[in-house]
Amino acid sequence: MLSPETIKAQVESLVPGAELVVVPNGSTDNPGALLVRGEQAVAVARALREHPALRLDYASNVTGVDWPDQVLREKHRIKLIVEGEEREFEEERERRVPGYLEVVYHLYSMALGHGPVVLRLRTGNRNDQVSLPSLTPVWRSCELQEREVFDLFGVRFEGHPDLRRLLMWEDYQDHPMRKDYSDPDDYEYEPTAHDRVLARSRARQGEGAAS
Amino acid sequence: MSRTGEFEPLTVPGESGAGEGQDVLEVAMGPHHPSTHGVFRMDVAVAGERIVRLKPVFGYLHRNHEKIAETGSYLAAMPYTDRLDYFCSLTNNWAYALAVERLTGLRPPERAEYIRVITAELTRLQNHACLVGFLAQDMGASGTPLMYAFREREKILDLFESLTGSRMMCNYMRFGGCRCDLPDGWLDQARQLVADFPRFLDEFERFLADNEILMARTQGIGVLPPELAINAGVTGPMLRASGVNYDLRKVDDYGIYHRFKFRVPLGDHGDVYDRYMIRVLEMRESVEILHQALRDIPAGPILDPKSKPRGFRPKPGEAYGRIEAPKGELGFYLISDGGSNPYRYRVRPPSLINLTVLEDMCLGQTLADVVVILGSVDIVLGEVDR
Repeated sequence: MLSPETIKAQVESLVPGAELVVVPNGSTDNPGALLVRGEQAVAVARALREHPALRLDYASNVTGVDWPDQVLREKHRIKLIVEGEEREFEEERERRVPGYLEVVYHLYSMALGHGPVVLRLRTGNRNDQVSLPSLTPVWRSCELQEREVFDLFGVRFEGHPDLRRLLMWEDYQDHPMRKDYSDPDDYEYEPTAHDRVLARSRARQGEGAAS
Repeated sequence: MSRTGEFEPLTVPGESGAGEGQDVLEVAMGPHHPSTHGVFRMDVAVAGERIVRLKPVFGYLHRNHEKIAETGSYLAAMPYTDRLDYFCSLTNNWAYALAVERLTGLRPPERAEYIRVITAELTRLQNHACLVGFLAQDMGASGTPLMYAFREREKILDLFESLTGSRMMCNYMRFGGCRCDLPDGWLDQARQLVADFPRFLDEFERFLADNEILMARTQGIGVLPPELAINAGVTGPMLRASGVNYDLRKVDDYGIYHRFKFRVPLGDHGDVYDRYMIRVLEMRESVEILHQALRDIPAGPILDPKSKPRGFRPKPGEAYGRIEAPKGELGFYLISDGGSNPYRYRVRPPSLINLTVLEDMCLGQTLADVVVILGSVDIVLGEVDR
């Protein structure tokens, strides 16, 4: 299997304007992933599939990863003039690192029998810039898996033929696989006749009658 | 309330070659339909008897397995993997253990590798035998073929029980090996079972392979072209029935599969009959592997001494481990942030992804064929919905 650096160079020569970043991996399992900017993802994906030395015709695994906003505490040395003389102090400052949602694709080649090449896409943030291009037009196997990522992580895939929730039901609001998700008190709250009966009873018999 | 959204106003498409100008009837097959093998729904639109649209509906058995696993330690997820594809808990264990081993660099000792191959191939035998039984059941062969398959499965489950203490929820593999060694006499029992198994296969094949009803109901039904199968990520026996030579035991060479001589059966039509036949042929190859593994298994330790049951904290990094499970490529993707529980834990479920092409296979077929086509995909809803 080619190294991520080689693949990066080949893809960048094939796709005009493409910029890939190699994301290193701490374990020995694979040498690193390729980070692609959203707007170039489909062109890069097609190049990976068509390239005669790669021929990554099979997208095995598609999944999301949630990286929440982080608050880093950093120490800075500052100089202040205290009582006429300059002294050095240590100050702690907080720095917010914005989080993002990441979609990870594991690509293999059935024709050449090699892989994986790991492709990563990142959203702008976790709230309002959560759109990424869908790679379903390139690999159909992403169809259900991207729906799952949309359902559980809340990434909107532009160009997906049928972007609906996969596992949770349609009216469900939240995205359960996010790290800051908390269970709702009641999953399927539906107003019952119960409250109406109570209200009617109160109206008829005065406040405090049927509490 | 609909879980899928309503069908749009439907005009019958011409390309499926059926039902032009007819009224379209929408049928919800499932979630409690015996042919769906669990809680699974297909919203089907039929014109006359021909399928013009089919939308699978998932999630009835969803319990967010991945979230549960991310909140517990690495080892705590192992028993939960049994509940994914509850027919094949030992291969689920193996796939998860393999992913963790790739993450941490643990290496199972020789004997553990052999035990893994033996248990995985026994799992494949019972899965495929039951699948063939269920498929015959779906075609209306009520009970008898399935009971023949279950009789054989019973013997294999007895072996699992004496080895792991449980018939179906085995929870047997550990990171860098297995939980316990084989009990006395287990290997002889297994050898006996493997020696007897071809007799069952011959019998099963004689009854089914050239049965007129089976051929009429399956040949030319639900054809899956190889290009579509590759593009849609179909794996396992279904992919090989379409003639694509891709078996992870050969391609990835995980475990010690390179030591065994076996062939990869391939179909040439990609229809339901080929998918049935691939299973039968794969069982014969599994018997071959079992013969060799049971002959060569060495004595020795069964767990990597570096494997720790407590305080298990892999270094930050990620790994993707995948094996050839009986239903297709079962993968586990793990991200470690250095903590005691996985930061990200993902299961790549073959049953779910093989359903991507369900509509493509069913268009233009009859409603009765849908049952058979779904049966030939081989799904378990515990894995589809997770």
